[in-house]
Amino acid sequence: MSENSSNKNEWPLWEVFTQPKSGKPHQHAGSVHAVDAEMALQNARDVYARRNEGVNIWVVESKHITSSTPEDMGPFFDPANDKPYRHPQFYSVPRAVKKRS
Amino acid sequence: MDTEKRAEEFQQRIDAGEKIEPKDWMPERYRKQLIRMMSQHAHSEVVGMLPEGNWIERAPSLKRKLVLLAKVQDEAGHGLYIYSAAETLGISRKEMVEQYIYGDAKYSSIFNYPTLTYADICAIGWLVDGAAIVNQTMLARSSYGPYSRSMVRICKEESFHKKQGYEMIARMANGTEEQQKMAQDSVNRWWWPSLMMFGPHDSDSPNSAELIKWQVKLKTNDELRQHFVDRTVMEAKAIGLEIPDPDLKYNEETGHWDFGELPWDEFWNVIKGNGIMNKERIKTRKKAYEDGAWVREAATECARKKKLGEEKAS
Repeated sequence: MSENSSNKNEWPLWEVFTQPKSGKPHQHAGSVHAVDAEMALQNARDVYARRNEGVNIWVVESKHITSSTPEDMGPFFDPANDKPYRHPQFYSVPRAVKKRS
Repeated sequence: MDTEKRAEEFQQRIDAGEKIEPKDWMPERYRKQLIRMMSQHAHSEVVGMLPEGNWIERAPSLKRKLVLLAKVQDEAGHGLYIYSAAETLGISRKEMVEQYIYGDAKYSSIFNYPTLTYADICAIGWLVDGAAIVNQTMLARSSYGPYSRSMVRICKEESFHKKQGYEMIARMANGTEEQQKMAQDSVNRWWWPSLMMFGPHDSDSPNSAELIKWQVKLKTNDELRQHFVDRTVMEAKAIGLEIPDPDLKYNEETGHWDFGELPWDEFWNVIKGNGIMNKERIKTRKKAYEDGAWVREAATECARKKKLGEEKAS
């Protein structure tokens, strides 16, 4: 996604997210090149939804996406590692109740 | 961390079946090999529109015209999925496209053969897309996440391509004498080039071992080719078409079909650029790219002015 001289006049890159059905979350589908948001939507429809794969599309210019880095995968998600009490399995319930559920 | 240690950890991730994502550390050579392989694959999808596009205006019925249009449009889509996936490795679309229009980047040799009759369109769907499915089903499990995901998408669409081709050639093989001849003639011409799509023998394929070690590919060229032959022989029998190979014989011991040696001289010759259509294909792509330059520039300029106008208004 870096801008070097050879791709100066290349159209900007947009990431495409499609919603497969109403009620479902949007999912990353891929990317397209386009001069503006309107063209990005049209290109995204032609490239990623030729067979009704989506009922809704989001496009966002790739340069606006911030992502966590694989290097800090460990430390970044650390706070969640030692908190098993956030999960229901951490708790015990009387046997009689367990059977019914 | 030094490179050697990282490479070791990288290999462990691969061996554990983990997928590699764009921002993960990867050996420079892994990145390079993927860019080479994926861009070749994308170029092939795009060039693949030309032999079939040749017949859109001459399709035998409105139905077949609609089908062919949809298929050719899919090939453009496939090219774009793979270019998009390859861009995550840090190469720009423009650089890739120009590497093959002005440089020496390769694309699949199959598209350097001409489509002489409409039966060729049927044979391409059946054999060429059939071979592509065998290859791409394997690549759908490739270790590079974006490549693998683009293959999953492609495989779904590719089975439509194959089925429409097989249906049409089956109908021709069951038609008038002239139609039968036409169908058999196209199978005779497309059979060997289709087998060549899997690349050279494993012993002549310098990249194979490395690509398999990194799980970019999961099977060798010869394994995939055998799989394709086994499958296609049955399909040919079912519709009464002959495979043009006198050495084709079922091997009771291995449970596979043995087949004759491919015309390797022809294979290397087409790769070197001397196939019937090599020059024509590049010329057509170059013309489209250069004739379209003003459209790309005009669209950029139009968007710039529109944005300026919006800023002024607000």
